[in-house]
Amino acid sequence: MSDTKKFMYINRKAPYGTIYAWESLEVVLIGAAFEQDVSLAFLDDGVFQLTRGQDTRGIGMKNFSPTYAALGDYEINKIYVEKESLEERGLTLDDLQHLVWEDEDEDYAEKDSIRLVSRTELGDLMAEQDVLFNF
Amino acid sequence: MKLTIQVNEGPYQHQSSDTAYFFTKAAIEKGHEVFRVFFYHDGVNNGTRLTTPPQDDRNIVKRWTELAQEHNIDMVLCVAAAQRRGLVDEGEAQRNGKDATNIAPGFRISGLGQLVEGGIQSDRLVVFGD
Repeated sequence: MSDTKKFMYINRKAPYGTIYAWESLEVVLIGAAFEQDVSLAFLDDGVFQLTRGQDTRGIGMKNFSPTYAALGDYEINKIYVEKESLEERGLTLDDLQHLVWEDEDEDYAEKDSIRLVSRTELGDLMAEQDVLFNF
Repeated sequence: MKLTIQVNEGPYQHQSSDTAYFFTKAAIEKGHEVFRVFFYHDGVNNGTRLTTPPQDDRNIVKRWTELAQEHNIDMVLCVAAAQRRGLVDEGEAQRNGKDATNIAPGFRISGLGQLVEGGIQSDRLVVFGD
């Protein structure tokens, strides 16, 4: 497949309460093999997916939050978090995992993957995409 | 136009799979090409041949099967989602040591790559359900 498309995975729901967050991540990981221009967006309750210090022992489910830290290794480094969604939930970037990727072109310098964007900016980014997956 | 349809809800509880069915049927009748219908999340439950709805109700599974056979549509259940929810074909039964199968005719079980490929190959990816 020669043509590259812009894929955005939109995550809107909190983890564990429903399976959408995890089954979204499964598509992202499989999709990484297709070498498309991939980005992830977290908004609404989806911002809770990225919170640090998740502990699922009390609910008997697998804690899949460490998987987000591996996204950089899959060359997924555009992770958009909607500013308003964070603020509405009393969260700041400090409440989220510090996700990084290594830039091959700059001697593997570690760079931040998370980009804080406004609702308007995120809307513009969505408009640029070829394919939107909404979870 | 070439379309891939993604169905994320099971039959009966939500209208999504009905809407997806009617959309798919209408698209074909209008002359569009359906590259694939991909069933994900609870949508995989559209592919069990063991459903027995009341006789005066629509048979959603049978309707999908007939549409697929009539128009030669590729209908795929996501394997990871299907394993979790107990949708089994011959190969999956053997691989996972299950004593039965329940996949309906016209459906096949395959990986999420088929969904991503649908997004790449089609002009539009149309999603039904949450």
